[in-house]
Amino acid sequence: MLNYTLRRLMFAIPTLLLISFIIFAILDLAPNDPTASLPLTIPPDVRQQIRESLGLDQAMPIRYFKWCVQFFWNEPLNILEQWTGWTIGDSENRLRVISWQTRSPVVDLIVERMPQTLWVVGMSYVLGILIALPIGILSAYKQYSWFDQFGTLFSMAGFSVPTFFTGLLFIVIFSVNLQLFPSVYDTTHEVTDWASFWVQVRQMIMPTMVLALFNAAQISRFMRASMLDNLQQDYVRTARAKGVRERSVVLIHVLRNSMIPVVTVIALGVPQVFGGAIITEQIFRVNGLGQLLIVGIQGADIPLVQTLTFIFAVLIVAFNLVADLLYGILDPRIRYD
Amino acid sequence: MPDGSEPILDVHDLKTIFRTRDGEVHAVNSVSFSIRPGELLGVVGESGSGKSVTMMSLMGLLPSPPAEVVRGDIRYQGHDVRAMSEAQLRKLRGGDIGFVFQDPMTSLNPVFTVGYQLVEPLRIHLKLSKRAASVRAAELLALVGIPDAAKRLGDFPHQFSGGMRQRVMIAIALACDPKVLIADEPTTALDVTIQAQIIELIKDLRQKLGMAIVWITHDLGVIAEIADRVLVMYGGQIVEHAPVRELFRNPQHPYTRALLETIPRVDGARDARLRSISGQPPSLAAHPASCPFAARCPHAFERCLAENPARRLVSPGHDVACFWDFATGGAHHG
Repeated sequence: MLNYTLRRLMFAIPTLLLISFIIFAILDLAPNDPTASLPLTIPPDVRQQIRESLGLDQAMPIRYFKWCVQFFWNEPLNILEQWTGWTIGDSENRLRVISWQTRSPVVDLIVERMPQTLWVVGMSYVLGILIALPIGILSAYKQYSWFDQFGTLFSMAGFSVPTFFTGLLFIVIFSVNLQLFPSVYDTTHEVTDWASFWVQVRQMIMPTMVLALFNAAQISRFMRASMLDNLQQDYVRTARAKGVRERSVVLIHVLRNSMIPVVTVIALGVPQVFGGAIITEQIFRVNGLGQLLIVGIQGADIPLVQTLTFIFAVLIVAFNLVADLLYGILDPRIRYD
Repeated sequence: MPDGSEPILDVHDLKTIFRTRDGEVHAVNSVSFSIRPGELLGVVGESGSGKSVTMMSLMGLLPSPPAEVVRGDIRYQGHDVRAMSEAQLRKLRGGDIGFVFQDPMTSLNPVFTVGYQLVEPLRIHLKLSKRAASVRAAELLALVGIPDAAKRLGDFPHQFSGGMRQRVMIAIALACDPKVLIADEPTTALDVTIQAQIIELIKDLRQKLGMAIVWITHDLGVIAEIADRVLVMYGGQIVEHAPVRELFRNPQHPYTRALLETIPRVDGARDARLRSISGQPPSLAAHPASCPFAARCPHAFERCLAENPARRLVSPGHDVACFWDFATGGAHHG
């Protein structure tokens, strides 16, 4: 297993390098101009100087190489220095990946935005899974019952209605009409005591539920399908013939087998959560990573977009590996050697 | 081995139907039989004749819906099984009555160790401690002839060969010293040498443990070798029932005769072609109003199409459900 993991990690390096180059090339091909959003009164020669100061006069391969140096070498060194307090080389003049819009290091921006995304989007994923698994299990066990029909309807709705619709619907119902929850997520709010914790919970409920419903719809279908597959298997009859309680037959024998593909799907979904929350973050004004990416794209902030997109790519590659490893752990028939 | 003792399992007029979207399937129709302690009852018939469904019906192992036992009296040691609660039934399953299924490749749970699956019934029925259960589990594996038993408890099913897995299945079925073992085509999925080993093993265990065995198969050769009494099933009914030697020497049902004729002889002259029974097994869409074999029967006459024959006694312990009398070569009167 360890050997396999190391081998996969080694293969990940060229894969990620290639991905980073493709992202860079696509961004470079896109007709965008970082000075486009500046006031029209700025004369063309000044605009040209601004572009030159951003390094845009250099050839694409050189810019890519510089980004690589900044991202793969300078930034990790910087993080290392911050953690350990050491000084390695000329840390003052080391070039970092700088956002063209805010003139601050991209990594700092990401660190700033991370907690909101993790709280809202991460929580919604956990919640979605917690809702989906029981629904999937029960729907499969009571196939075609009214509960199953309802579950199917629920996941159909959750899956086909986009989050920008449910989000606005939630705002209309719960914020405007019922006045239960705030419609805007206040990032500056700090949790200091129970009262402020309650405020935090209240402002998290709507964005979290919108995303959780969407995630639950998907995962509950996977869970149901996997349970149905396994309930038909001969070993289930064997378990019953041994006198095992029905509850144990389903929740131990069948569930353990059914979880194998579902866990993989859950692991593969984690990186999508980061990228897929863009819309919900916009609606509820949660200034997380998704929102950062949108702002970056609008302002043609290439270093920011490049870095964020690449981090999403890293997450996807990483969670693919995690999914494969989980498969090997859960299914004894699979051995990676 | 039949003696005068009370039957341990007594089934009377069992009827099981499947309610499917395309209508009902009458899989088991008025099946009655009994088995005494220590006896080996063979059940033969082609695929779809209701052999397995009958035995699964007994202990409520059929998925319901679609299956439903609509009629019948099932008595285990005099207790009415159909009136039992789910908890009482669970005590019978795996405790007093062990099951071995056809396909050892899929009948074991792939993600649990063999030890776990073997310990499970021991913990449930005998309430053994973890330690005692695993000691007993190792004994059981050794009993069914798995070398290095204690070590192999930690292995997963896929680490065993087909024959070894069927031995594990047998060990699980025998875990709690059952009084009845129901073996549903236990050797069908195995190749012939392994099949012979498993048959030897069951014969041997029967001597040691003295349990009653119901052996379901479509292989008459296996039946001849091990059974005391034989039930021949066709179209969800028992068409003939006789002690094994009597059945092979003096078959009374045209279907039994046809089945025996399909077996090629090892000695003597052989036919140019293998014999088969022409025609198709009956559809089971309704309760049978005629003899289910009539359409394929060389001796069929009007009555066979109008009436379903009841089982009649031919000689002590031998009955047949047929209007034709081979002794006189004509229709039986009565």
